Amino acid sequence: MASTQTESTENTTPWQGANAMRVRVIGAGVAGLTCAHAFAARGAQVTVIERKSGSGQGCSWYAGGMLAPWCERESAEPIIAELGHESLAYWRAAVPDVPNEGSLVLAPPRDLPDLKRFSRRTEAFEWVDGARIGELEPDLDGRFDQGLFFPTEAHLEPRKALAALTQKLVEEYQVAFRFAADGFDEVDDQSGETEQADFVVDCRGLAARDALADLRGVKGEMLVLYSTEIALKRPVRLLHPRIPVYIVPRGDGHFMIGATSIENDERGRVTGRSMLELLGAAYALHPAFGEAEIVEIGADVRPAFPDNLPRLRRRGTTLYVNGLYRHGFLAAPALARRAAEVAFDGAYFPEVMDEDHRQW
Amino acid sequence: MDAMTHKATTAAADPVTFYGTEVTSRLLLGTAQYPSPAILAEAIRASGTEIVTVSLRRESGAAKAGQSFWQLIRDLGVKVLPNTAGCRTVKEAVTTAEMARELFGTPWVKLEVIGEDDTLQPDVFGLVEAARILSRDGFQVFPYTTEDLVVAEKLVSAGCEVLMPWGAPIGSGRGLNNPYGLRSMRAHFPGIPLVVDAGVGLPSHAAAAMELGYDAVLLNTAVAKAGDPVRMARAFAAAIAAGREAVIADPMEVRDMAAPSTPVMGRALFGS
Repeated sequence: MASTQTESTENTTPWQGANAMRVRVIGAGVAGLTCAHAFAARGAQVTVIERKSGSGQGCSWYAGGMLAPWCERESAEPIIAELGHESLAYWRAAVPDVPNEGSLVLAPPRDLPDLKRFSRRTEAFEWVDGARIGELEPDLDGRFDQGLFFPTEAHLEPRKALAALTQKLVEEYQVAFRFAADGFDEVDDQSGETEQADFVVDCRGLAARDALADLRGVKGEMLVLYSTEIALKRPVRLLHPRIPVYIVPRGDGHFMIGATSIENDERGRVTGRSMLELLGAAYALHPAFGEAEIVEIGADVRPAFPDNLPRLRRRGTTLYVNGLYRHGFLAAPALARRAAEVAFDGAYFPEVMDEDHRQW
Repeated sequence: MDAMTHKATTAAADPVTFYGTEVTSRLLLGTAQYPSPAILAEAIRASGTEIVTVSLRRESGAAKAGQSFWQLIRDLGVKVLPNTAGCRTVKEAVTTAEMARELFGTPWVKLEVIGEDDTLQPDVFGLVEAARILSRDGFQVFPYTTEDLVVAEKLVSAGCEVLMPWGAPIGSGRGLNNPYGLRSMRAHFPGIPLVVDAGVGLPSHAAAAMELGYDAVLLNTAVAKAGDPVRMARAFAAAIAAGREAVIADPMEVRDMAAPSTPVMGRALFGS
């Protein structure tokens, strides 16, 4: 049965009408939702299964939501920037409230070598002086002498964006969602109902370690501050040799400060040292953060492969979209589009499907 | 013996011994801050490094949650030198060392007790105390210290059979801040393996340390934060091998006057 279906994906037989592709997406984080969108947009009949009680409540919940392919290019492989450009266009079209304000990278005077290094490793930025920084972010006027401005980047509020995407999937694409409240048992369901789906798209993040042995967790901690004394239009990255931190304005006086990156897979536990570092950086950016209210602290674990690059793996009629590491929002839509093309057209994408695609 | 044979013999017969364990590579690498574990693994392979340091203090979490990264390190097939990076008190360092011994099954520990946040300078008082406690408990301690001879003496009496003075503050990339102090230390401890640890930014710094007669160089940031860590790891391995070869080759003395390699006066006679 499986082989017949696989063949039909590889010839020109369209998955249409009564023959609509039935797809089960496991996991309703940023990877699962964008995959659901990509498949549904091509006419598939999609069900999303999620063990939590709503969508976007795994590590997507704690994401920064920076759509910053050029900033990421500084430390990531070129493929991340490439996926990022595609994803940036996706988010602008798919959800409301994606401010196109660019991003700002700053360093205190003693860490200027890090700013120079950052500039050497990427492009699509302009050097800005103190006056220009003051024009871009009036509340930072006089606080920094040098920085990098990436005008083409954007950001979004991950929780709102995934809620909007979920709503869109339900209303426009008739995607069915089954949350934990529906009594879904992940293991039984996978084995018991596989024949009802033509393709299973596994987007479980670190939970997929049972199937993807080379997946590991990289812990990230964040906090949300509330202050009416300072306003920022765009994400600001503050460089530091050991503790690089970003601050993303979330609107209504809220700021997300993130994120640590620690080689362990411990969920939920936030340490004092990490908070000291994150708060210290926020305070260094502007003293008003010292008087800000701590609204939330949180931590989760990013799923990553050994090369920290995302992967799309196909095993029969199961597609695994995983290893998004720090690049969930930046990479997921581009991977989702590829996943759909793999299923519908039998396509192959070496840049995310070769086992060692870092050479790509 | 022709030159090639001689060179080959020298390289093969020139291991360095740390607590009875012989290694051939004189480059020790830290494992933090690489773009990914895959690049770290490639850098280690490219450099021929046989010993890597691993930090545990922060990664261990509440329940030794760093297992998957540590397993990646173990899978590299190199010797692991767990470190106590990030520890600021004797107690913290000792506890971290005990956990490291359990996790990696090695008595080796790179002992760091940080005393100052801006320079990450070692707290040498805490260092000596922790070294004494750990040596007594059967650890083989690699202390990260300064070039202070008195401190070094105390570390040796505490049981340390290796000393690791800094070149410059951790992560600064400044090279050897005090070549005179490092030279004195070499002269003072002719029989103890000495490793320059921290502050090395360029392969030339590492070569200079080897030319001072140091036994090995330990570094992390200079490779991890390079644009191409794998290439930089290879560059450091080459520089360290060059510096070591130079020491064995017995360098010429520095002179004030030019010493032409061909006699100036006779030169015209060989013309046209």
